[in-house]
Amino acid sequence: MLVLLPLLTALATSLACVLAAGRPRLQYFLSWAGLSALLVCAVALLFAVDDGTLRVALGNWPPPFGIEFAADRLSASMVLVAVLMGAAALGFQMSDADPASPDESLLPLVHGMLAGACGAFLTADLFNLYVWFELTLICALGLMVRRATVRDMEATLKYFALNVVGTLLLLAAVALIYALTGHLNFIAIGQAADKVAPEILLPFSSLLVVALLIKAAAFPFYAWLPASYHVLPAPLLALFAALLTKVGAYALLRVLGDVLSGSPEVLYQALGWLAVLTMVSGVLGAAYHWDMRRILAFHIVSQIGYMLLGIALASPAGSAGAMFYMWHNMVVKGGLILIAAIILRLAGHYDLRRIGGLYSARPWLAVLFLVTALAQVGIPPLSGFWGKLLLVRESFAQGQAVWGAVALGVGVLTLYSMAKIWMEAFWKPHPDPDWQPARARLAPAYVVTTILALLALGVGVYPEPFIAFAGDAARSLGGDR
Amino acid sequence: MIWVFALVMGVGVAAGVYLAMSRDLFRMVVGLSVIGAALNLLVFASGRLDSAAPPIVPTGAQVLVDAANPLPQALVLTAIVIGFALLCFSLVLVVRLMRAADTDDAHRLRAAEPRNDDDIKPPVEKV
Repeated sequence: MLVLLPLLTALATSLACVLAAGRPRLQYFLSWAGLSALLVCAVALLFAVDDGTLRVALGNWPPPFGIEFAADRLSASMVLVAVLMGAAALGFQMSDADPASPDESLLPLVHGMLAGACGAFLTADLFNLYVWFELTLICALGLMVRRATVRDMEATLKYFALNVVGTLLLLAAVALIYALTGHLNFIAIGQAADKVAPEILLPFSSLLVVALLIKAAAFPFYAWLPASYHVLPAPLLALFAALLTKVGAYALLRVLGDVLSGSPEVLYQALGWLAVLTMVSGVLGAAYHWDMRRILAFHIVSQIGYMLLGIALASPAGSAGAMFYMWHNMVVKGGLILIAAIILRLAGHYDLRRIGGLYSARPWLAVLFLVTALAQVGIPPLSGFWGKLLLVRESFAQGQAVWGAVALGVGVLTLYSMAKIWMEAFWKPHPDPDWQPARARLAPAYVVTTILALLALGVGVYPEPFIAFAGDAARSLGGDR
Repeated sequence: MIWVFALVMGVGVAAGVYLAMSRDLFRMVVGLSVIGAALNLLVFASGRLDSAAPPIVPTGAQVLVDAANPLPQALVLTAIVIGFALLCFSLVLVVRLMRAADTDDAHRLRAAEPRNDDDIKPPVEKV
């Protein structure tokens, strides 16, 4: 039952917020109450999965016939990090730094998106996974189009059109895999797929992987992400960055590392090269831009490449690296986006050419940015270092020297982008000589970003339990058949 | 029967892709939904198509013989509902967008991408 609790709590909170529409204070209270309950559920789930995978089959139909939900270490940890980032986004929303317009549709959609993500993390049924992807997508579309300006609607249309292609391919892949194996349950699919000849399995698993690559914004399918994310207000952008593409990456890890882990080697090889291209093209796109939101949006793409690299390595150590990197990236990327919003509020613009002088005006903000940015680059002793270490070490251990070398090189280019923000926003004087930092309510924003930066620092200084947990989680993947 | 399904699906996907690649926004979203309808047939066909008998065990019998597979029918119902919701959303979105932007040409939708008057430097955005 504990398996379903996070999902049910998020859905109930979303519904309660819908019912409380028109009464903002009640809605706000319900939202925080639901989020606190969700946090408790997620923590309880994380402790509960230590004894092994929790499973619940709905309607008393024994698996593989009933729709099954399952929580192993990977699912439970992803739920917890997603809920944490939901709390961070809603906490940041209380400040004056680029908040989302607080009308009655905001909270139901945010909680709906959390419910969709939790559902995708916890389900053990392929068609159910498709349904949760849809719930997440529809809530994301709603959040993006809320203000209904031309700019928002145009970005939403681009986001919609390219994501729906992914959705349709996902549906086709689910149908074909059902036709091939006769099952939708993850364990049953895995058992049936092991009996299928690899060359017959290849087109089916490839179609599924392509659909999920579109959802995860991997090369060459990532065009929807930089075309749409920059119109979002900061808390929502942080939430999108933490949840949406990561649900795709999680699903890829689940499919290739667990359900169809017997897929032919060529699929993993292709994924590895796509990962390399994703890293490089994302980071080069970021190097071109001067708008902080666009820089960070391209970095989302680039970081997805690292997760794909871990999945493509197809070993427990690779999967552990991918997981560690996902947790690290959800926190750090969200933190960077939120810090960019504080910069916007103080200095007046997202474009780096129009701002500056923040190092002398707000030295603590500079420290905060530096910690988070260096965590993203992967400088020790911050969380990104360990994530990259796990992935690069495993690449070289498997003889994939090119993949490992590119992963290191992309780190340098990431440092270039972060140094650009540092130089332009913090070091150089503000282009307007009369500029004074704007007065605004920023305390919640500082609290949230400081907590995220401390998380990155804490995990970086004391990584042992997290790496051990990722290792355990990776070893238990595919262990049920 | 399976050949009729295959043919209809092929034609549907081809027509949908043709429409979806149009620059006309309205055609594009309708095309995506036509592909969706064709893929719903794929979901339907992923069970067996050789029987139309209801999957009910006759009184006194222990096993089900020659019945239709009910699971893909449940799946396709879900997929139709989701596809319908997405179609409705996209139609409203496109109509609102066409009115607001005063164009239905995808190439002229540049509001979210600022006008670039420099070949090398990225544009400065207003907001």
